Amino acid sequence: MDNKVLNIKNGSCVKVSEIPVLSYDCFRATTLELMSDKARHCSSYFAYPCAEGLRLMMCIADDTAHDIKVFACDVNKGDSLVSAAKDCLALERYEREIHENWGLEFEEHPWYKPVRDFMPGKYKFFEMEGEELHEVGVGPVHAGVIEPGHFRFICNGEDVLHLEIQLGWQHRGVEHLMLSKKRTIERVLLAEGIAGDTSVSHSTAFAGVWEALCGIQPDKSVLWARTLAAELERMANHTGDLGAICGDVAYQLGAAVYGRLRTPIVNFSQRWCGNRLGKGNVRPAYAPYAFTEELRQQLLSDLKAYERDFLEMSDKIQHFPGVLSRLDRTGIVTTEQAESIGAVGMAAKCAGVCRDTRASHPYGVYGTMDIKPVVKDTGDVLARTELRIDEVKQSLAIVRTLLEDMPAFNTQVRPMGEPMADCFAISLTEGWRGEICHCAVTDADGELAAYKIKDPSFHNWMALALAVRGNEISDFPICNKSFNLSYCGHDL
Amino acid sequence: MFKNLKIFLHQGKQFIPDVRTAKAPGVFRGRPVISTEAVDEKAFADTCPSGAIGTSPVSIDLGKCLFCGECERCFPNKVHFTDDTHLATNVRERLIIREGEDKPIEVDKDAVRPEIRGIFSRSLKLRQVSAGGDASCEAELNATGNVQFDLGRYGIEFAASPRHADGVLITGPISANMAKALELTYEACPEPRIVVLDGTDAISGGMFAGSPDLDRSFLDNHQVDLYIPGNPAHPLTVINGILDLTRK
Repeated sequence: MDNKVLNIKNGSCVKVSEIPVLSYDCFRATTLELMSDKARHCSSYFAYPCAEGLRLMMCIADDTAHDIKVFACDVNKGDSLVSAAKDCLALERYEREIHENWGLEFEEHPWYKPVRDFMPGKYKFFEMEGEELHEVGVGPVHAGVIEPGHFRFICNGEDVLHLEIQLGWQHRGVEHLMLSKKRTIERVLLAEGIAGDTSVSHSTAFAGVWEALCGIQPDKSVLWARTLAAELERMANHTGDLGAICGDVAYQLGAAVYGRLRTPIVNFSQRWCGNRLGKGNVRPAYAPYAFTEELRQQLLSDLKAYERDFLEMSDKIQHFPGVLSRLDRTGIVTTEQAESIGAVGMAAKCAGVCRDTRASHPYGVYGTMDIKPVVKDTGDVLARTELRIDEVKQSLAIVRTLLEDMPAFNTQVRPMGEPMADCFAISLTEGWRGEICHCAVTDADGELAAYKIKDPSFHNWMALALAVRGNEISDFPICNKSFNLSYCGHDL
Repeated sequence: MFKNLKIFLHQGKQFIPDVRTAKAPGVFRGRPVISTEAVDEKAFADTCPSGAIGTSPVSIDLGKCLFCGECERCFPNKVHFTDDTHLATNVRERLIIREGEDKPIEVDKDAVRPEIRGIFSRSLKLRQVSAGGDASCEAELNATGNVQFDLGRYGIEFAASPRHADGVLITGPISANMAKALELTYEACPEPRIVVLDGTDAISGGMFAGSPDLDRSFLDNHQVDLYIPGNPAHPLTVINGILDLTRK
């Protein structure tokens, strides 16, 4: 195994020539062997043009060895390859994406449906025959103020037998624009827009890749600021989601209280960086907005008021039968399912799979903090609700620890130089939904040859499709809300 | 029951009494003021990642500006983003701020279609369509309905179906895959109906402008009644913009 893979750490940069290039048979066999260990999952798998053909790049994160196994394979355009997904479901969406973007064929793939490029109105959805069955189509435009996606249910009476999710409506061409826009400020703004509710974690992943490519180690204050911003982002989104979950079970007090509790967190972000969602707070190599003693006092008092009301409300819903009866044993994802589809973040942690980049592949200042991931084992909507409550408590503790040791800030722009030529860099961050992975490859001139983005939703949409099977269709909104996956992060 | 009441009492008064005059807390990058100081105009324009800065005279187009603050950081004496949240207007040209100007951005009352003020001034239901939106504008729209901003107090709400709506509010740069769904949603709204563009991405495409994966032809075929800039647009910007458009 040792000569077949290159072991690298999160946030590192290596020469492309150091990455082993295997034959496809060997590449496939190595992938399957590595993926058979439950402590490993595929963080990214993509193709990019290389010489006359294409290069496949595989990045498998190992949560116990705390490194990422990277290896490659050169293939010709139009090649037909034996699918690895037929033996390892977690790779199925990656193969479909490579097929869609680059035209490679994967023989015996379990479900060769489009990822994003589906020609609205033309694609034929999965069908089932049966007198008792009916179909329900929802979207792309949904009833609420949310992003577009299409859900096609096959139901037997009220019960959902099958849910097919068709995404791609949000596709804006982010990865293409990453290559065509040449300035760092343009690229970082693109990264902020990958999923606007996760702008801090996505721009942190971008900054990690960029700093690695340019050979820069940012100051501690920069890493500290990113860590703090990411935890505030997590708290704001979890709080908002808890309100939405209460709203979906018609518990208005919960919806109102959590809804308004998000405000002090996002308003603090605005006090700090001028944007409620943290846009502008993360830039490669430097921290644009100093964290002052005045901000520290403000945040401590905001958190004190927030915590009192958050804990009171959370204690209420965790003991209120009216809410619990809707959440308990609804929308279950089993541990086996979560492992087989390569779920990450909340979807994995709620199904007993301990997968948290902050603990397993630490970045920023997480490495010094000994993060214990919150793990639940029931895999239902209640687990995903309680996980949010517990993660907010954890984030409160992390933020307070950070505030005890505030570094001095230097907000001057630090010159970065140019990215190194013929290099590969990878950066993982733990967004509030789960693992985000950005990879970049540079060519002989130091220009970007490939930029690959993976949002946690790329894995987790399948978890939602599995969760609703056997549930009443009326429970779909609450199941969907309990995952709250990103459409634009998936569609790019 | 008693616990519910206790929680209820602990919330205190959360609502913002007067949304029309409320300020965003702390620093807010709102309407910019550009000084007349002479600078290298090309270098100044080049700081902008989304091409919002024009030259001779120097100007910032808020329909393209992503409020990242890069120009202010590089040229602190040339431009300053004020905390003015009132950014929305019905005239696209009014979003272009020229050097030396320091006046509020307003809705041109004479340019508002008469049916908007006649029919929608007391009640307005909008169907929101996200067409490549990055979920930040959507999150802020949801925030307009929370107990603090409480958009519903003005009789303005987001409807679940376009059949119940008086128009569409669009977020995102309008991806090609959403172009037809947007058109169908608009057509499903009964007339008269309005079109609102929420956020810089919707107004100009933002960072995604020029991407082959967008299809913005909807905007060539339909009149836009309100432009609300922002990245994302702040709830105060959204609410005041809609009120300025519909109220006498």
